[in-house]
Amino acid sequence: MQAAWDFLIGPFAEFAFMRRALWGALMLSLSACPVGVFLMLRRMSLTGDAMSHAILPGVAAGFLLFGLQVVPMTLGGLIAGAVVALGAGAVARLTVQNEDAALAAFYLVSLAAGVVMVSLRGSSIDLMQVLFGSVLALGPETLWMIALVLAVTLVVLALFWRALVAECLDPLFLRSVSRLGPAVHFVFLGLVVANLVAGFQALGTLLSVGLMILPAAAARFWARGVAGMAAVAVLVGAVSSGGGLLLSYHAGLPSGPAIILVAGAIHALSVIVAPRGVLATRLPRRAHRIA
Amino acid sequence: MHDASPVRLPDKADICVRLDDLTLGYNNHPAVHHLGGSIACGESLAVVGPNGSGKSTLIRCIAGLLRPRGGTCQVKPGLRIAWLPQASGIDRSFPARLRDLVALGLWPRRGLLGRHRAADRHAVDAAISAVGLDGLAGRPIDSLSGGQFQRALFARVVVQDADLILLDEPFNAIDTRTVDDLLALIARWRGEGRTVVAVAHDLDLVRAHFPRALLLAREPVAWGPTAQVVTPANLARARQFQAAWDEDAPWCAPGTHATTAVVPMAGRGAA
Repeated sequence: MQAAWDFLIGPFAEFAFMRRALWGALMLSLSACPVGVFLMLRRMSLTGDAMSHAILPGVAAGFLLFGLQVVPMTLGGLIAGAVVALGAGAVARLTVQNEDAALAAFYLVSLAAGVVMVSLRGSSIDLMQVLFGSVLALGPETLWMIALVLAVTLVVLALFWRALVAECLDPLFLRSVSRLGPAVHFVFLGLVVANLVAGFQALGTLLSVGLMILPAAAARFWARGVAGMAAVAVLVGAVSSGGGLLLSYHAGLPSGPAIILVAGAIHALSVIVAPRGVLATRLPRRAHRIA
Repeated sequence: MHDASPVRLPDKADICVRLDDLTLGYNNHPAVHHLGGSIACGESLAVVGPNGSGKSTLIRCIAGLLRPRGGTCQVKPGLRIAWLPQASGIDRSFPARLRDLVALGLWPRRGLLGRHRAADRHAVDAAISAVGLDGLAGRPIDSLSGGQFQRALFARVVVQDADLILLDEPFNAIDTRTVDDLLALIARWRGEGRTVVAVAHDLDLVRAHFPRALLLAREPVAWGPTAQVVTPANLARARQFQAAWDEDAPWCAPGTHATTAVVPMAGRGAA
């Protein structure tokens, strides 16, 4: 009993940095996981990945001008994400180019620019911090920033829920009854960017998308409705956060990747054993109903 | 081809949609060429013609989703429109139940934030029942058959409670029983004074259920009472129509047709 306590609760009870890391990761889960569910349902999971690369030059510009400071790096990331999202969206809507190709073009340039900017100044340790983050070094400033993104995300999701569902389910119908369609798309991309920027301090730009996509992908195997999926995704995100931090503490692993690895393990497990997973749907079943 | 001038409606008739010298198209090639005429409130109009003759394009324009390239398409201001596209953009793998799909029809009434009240839920239940899908409200949409899905889309149109109902090939790949049920629903709409415009290929069905028809072959071939429109002579003329894309088709000279400037549709923004 004591051993279990020491293993599961001890690190958080003993160290303030572990408690801050847990708070940060839990808030991120509550905020980013429902956004990830909509990303997945809109078949835009890889768009999330592209956007996480796209915010890099903004973060790098903030870092270049002000060093490792939360506010400039956050604002830089938000601006870079917005530019790429709006630019790709505009090209897709005004030309024959599809959104995926437009986004690929924008984010690749953005990523290259970001790496160049980071390499202009600072050691590779700084680059590692920007690319991979450090959840164990979350300061109060960063926590407040994450809390703000969480609040904005929950309010926007509550306001636009019906439109987000309608835009996923039947975009043509939404276009025929409302002018909200394109606006909803950009509001949603804004949420994606905000959550990626909130996550990059803790998990780095490359892994912040992991906490968004993996729990959502796992939730698909457990729940039937959108709201249920969002709830399961938040739960998976929270368990991954706690489990990942413990894994990182006990095994001496970098914290961000540890959280993502735990989320990946839960996803793999879900693929196999969940009610809509491989075993339940592929195993031969003898009994069936008459109608 | 313009000797087939549309039959003029009596002036006292309440006009729902008025098309004046309407040209619609893509990349300078017209899909609907100099179409004029009007649809009276409460009438049931079938739009017939070969594939590629501009039927869906016309429907999209009336629905307010396509901007005219020439002429005007005026829809009576304040008219509530429901549009059932030929190929719906619905993601069948989306985790929604049949009831969620039908409840989308509440959007014109409740919008983004309006609460769905008990009366709205009853309206959804009644619509599901009206299309004969009782007991299936909780089924995920990916488990519905083609016919059940089309019934569900009709239920959504019922919930929309629209004045003008645009149906683009609603009877494709559907068994006769479903077609009969949906036709009964269209007859009910007519009884309620709603205007119905439907694209259809089954000419017997059109003769039996639609009092008026428009035979389209990019240009209007005939528009009027169905018996006078769907005739062997007119159909033969429509069959001569070439849907093939002629990249070097000559330009439509200003003199040959009285083209007018693009004017936004009354009451609704184009596009």
